[in-house]
Amino acid sequence: MSYTEHELAKDLENQEYKFGFVSNIESDQIPKGLNEDVIRIISAKKEEPQWMLDFRLNAFRVWSEMTEPDWAHVHYQKPNFQDIVYYSAPKQTKKYESWDDVDPEMKETMKKLGISMEEQKRLTGVAVDFVMDSVSVATSFKSKLKELGIIFCSFSEAVQEYPELVQKYMGTVVPTSDNFYAALNSAVFTDGSFCYIPKGVRCPMELSTYFRINEGGTGQFERTLVVADEGSYVSYLEGCTAPMRDENQLHAAVVELVSLDNAEIKYSTVQNWYPGDKNGKGGIFNFVTKRGICETNAKISWTQVETGSAVTWKYPSCILKGDHSIGEFYSVAVTNNYQQADTGTKMIHLGRNTKSTIISKGISAGKSSNSYRGLVQIHKGAHNARNFSQCDSLLMTDECGAHTFPYIECKNSSAKIEHEATTSKIGEDQIFYCKQRGISEEKAIGLIVNGYCKEVLNQLPMEFAVEAQKLLTISLEGSVG
Amino acid sequence: MIKINNLHANIEGKEILKGLTLEVKPGEIHAIMGPNGAGKSTLASILAGREEYEVTEGSVDFDGLDLLEMDTEDRARAGLFLAFQYPVEIPGVSNINFLRTAMNEIREHKGMDPISAKEFMAMVKEKSALVELDPKLASRSVNEGFSGGEKKRNEIFQMAMLEPKLAILDETDSGLDIDALRIVANGVNTLKSDKNATIVITHYKRLLDYIIPDFVHVLYDGRIVKSGTKELAIELEEKGYDWIKAELV
Repeated sequence: MSYTEHELAKDLENQEYKFGFVSNIESDQIPKGLNEDVIRIISAKKEEPQWMLDFRLNAFRVWSEMTEPDWAHVHYQKPNFQDIVYYSAPKQTKKYESWDDVDPEMKETMKKLGISMEEQKRLTGVAVDFVMDSVSVATSFKSKLKELGIIFCSFSEAVQEYPELVQKYMGTVVPTSDNFYAALNSAVFTDGSFCYIPKGVRCPMELSTYFRINEGGTGQFERTLVVADEGSYVSYLEGCTAPMRDENQLHAAVVELVSLDNAEIKYSTVQNWYPGDKNGKGGIFNFVTKRGICETNAKISWTQVETGSAVTWKYPSCILKGDHSIGEFYSVAVTNNYQQADTGTKMIHLGRNTKSTIISKGISAGKSSNSYRGLVQIHKGAHNARNFSQCDSLLMTDECGAHTFPYIECKNSSAKIEHEATTSKIGEDQIFYCKQRGISEEKAIGLIVNGYCKEVLNQLPMEFAVEAQKLLTISLEGSVG
Repeated sequence: MIKINNLHANIEGKEILKGLTLEVKPGEIHAIMGPNGAGKSTLASILAGREEYEVTEGSVDFDGLDLLEMDTEDRARAGLFLAFQYPVEIPGVSNINFLRTAMNEIREHKGMDPISAKEFMAMVKEKSALVELDPKLASRSVNEGFSGGEKKRNEIFQMAMLEPKLAILDETDSGLDIDALRIVANGVNTLKSDKNATIVITHYKRLLDYIIPDFVHVLYDGRIVKSGTKELAIELEEKGYDWIKAELV
């Protein structure tokens, strides 16, 4: 159901970034800076087993030898890695046994963010893992999921409770040495979500992780690992917000998806990190590595709505290893003011009869820059591989930029690859038409933009789709020029 | 209903309207005819609130409101409707969603509650039948992939849904075959009441065989140079616009 005009009007009144508040929650922080000792401290604080510490130390050594890449079509002041706090956790005296134990200020924070953790009060079935700064705060519906053999918990908990699963899959999709930020994440990640769906189980509810940066001066490095065992299905959502600050905060996450034979993972993101102010001051650097691997007949579908962050640099990708596997990427990336986004996907076809679909919708407003960068790679053995890519760009002003960098590498002559791209400017005529019917300019833009993104928004679970519609409208409010 | 007085307007420095005066009362249908470039569509655009035009002189009173001071959307909410000569496509936005948004904006403006889904759908059914618009088109994206005739019928369908006080039909007959013309005209005639009014802008007399105007005006070189009843349209058809030009010299 599309949400009502009345709700939209209310949202528009409050059109500034509305998640920009800071919660007054005492935190347990370690000093700024990064070296082996810091990593040992993080590992010790989390009471990790030796293998985990070894993984981190190895990653740190790999990272130390790497240099920060600069091929993306973005410009920013590179972070000073010694000026970041790598561990900051809301202080809690003990593990929450029940909802009642949760710090009231924390509850208030969740309420403001619109996250409902109170299971008994929820009508719709969405299980939530809430990650604030460096740690997972609470996970709902855990026991109910457990009955089905589904594991849904914080990454730290998984390291303790399910070490064999973590060890088996962690780093298999995104190796430590994959890239600069993935290596950094592997060394210092502090928490995230872990999810395992056993053979043949169809997860009955949406699983969701809500990431929140609260403390200043910190980086957020979380790691998500989703494993769908043979013949299983899961739909996973993540949402992100952060307070408004003048500084640029770094968010460098790693997400790994493993879709085993005949399994399907649907992964949806609504990214609304603080984008910086109108003059481009502050905002989150969102440098994320997301990748999934599909075994035989498996499917991974990425859907993302990117409206936040000062700089976004990410390419949720699929390795189509198994025969008949399917990869999909649906993306809406909005940039306004001075935001920059370089985002897209990689579809790596290894197996026979593999299929991939890419639908990317970029919307640029203000003085922003929005780039689609995608790679479709058909390997030698990928007979009858198919790809369809469609990249559309919508310009809201004369000062913004939209760029498309599609790369195609094909080593098998039986492959069929299609690429379509369009660039259009939001039509004055369309807006006038709406206004002549009594619709205000803001609402007209909302309608037109949501219409433009419909193919992508349709991929989102209902609750998220409504949220995403609002976000799009709010992010672009007053941006036609 | 509407009083246009001595309206002068420019676009990019070129004067298009040069002192146009016209009054339309409730219950009336006025036809404005004229050769290409006379300023017919400019008049429609200015009344609807297109910003490219600069009004340099004159006034427009719409039901006691100073129309030229109002934003486009406020004019629409006050009951002014323009059936576009070239209806715009809005991909991904369903006709129904579009209309419902429009209708609720207008209702909100009047201090009314949003229309209920049931009431709305009943109305869609009734009004789409009026212009013989395939109900499937109601759920398709606004004008996207519509034929020329479907687009025009969709305009009249929207008009029927929004129930304006004053409807301006800008060359609604262009590109229509006889059947579509009859359907569109039938829609307009059915919606006619003593509370609303219509301005039909057209090039040809053809449409006026179906929509009988109370008054016919000839717009030439930015001014109304001749007014009369429907007989004027017949005379124009016979003698052509050159007759008017000759008369003016």
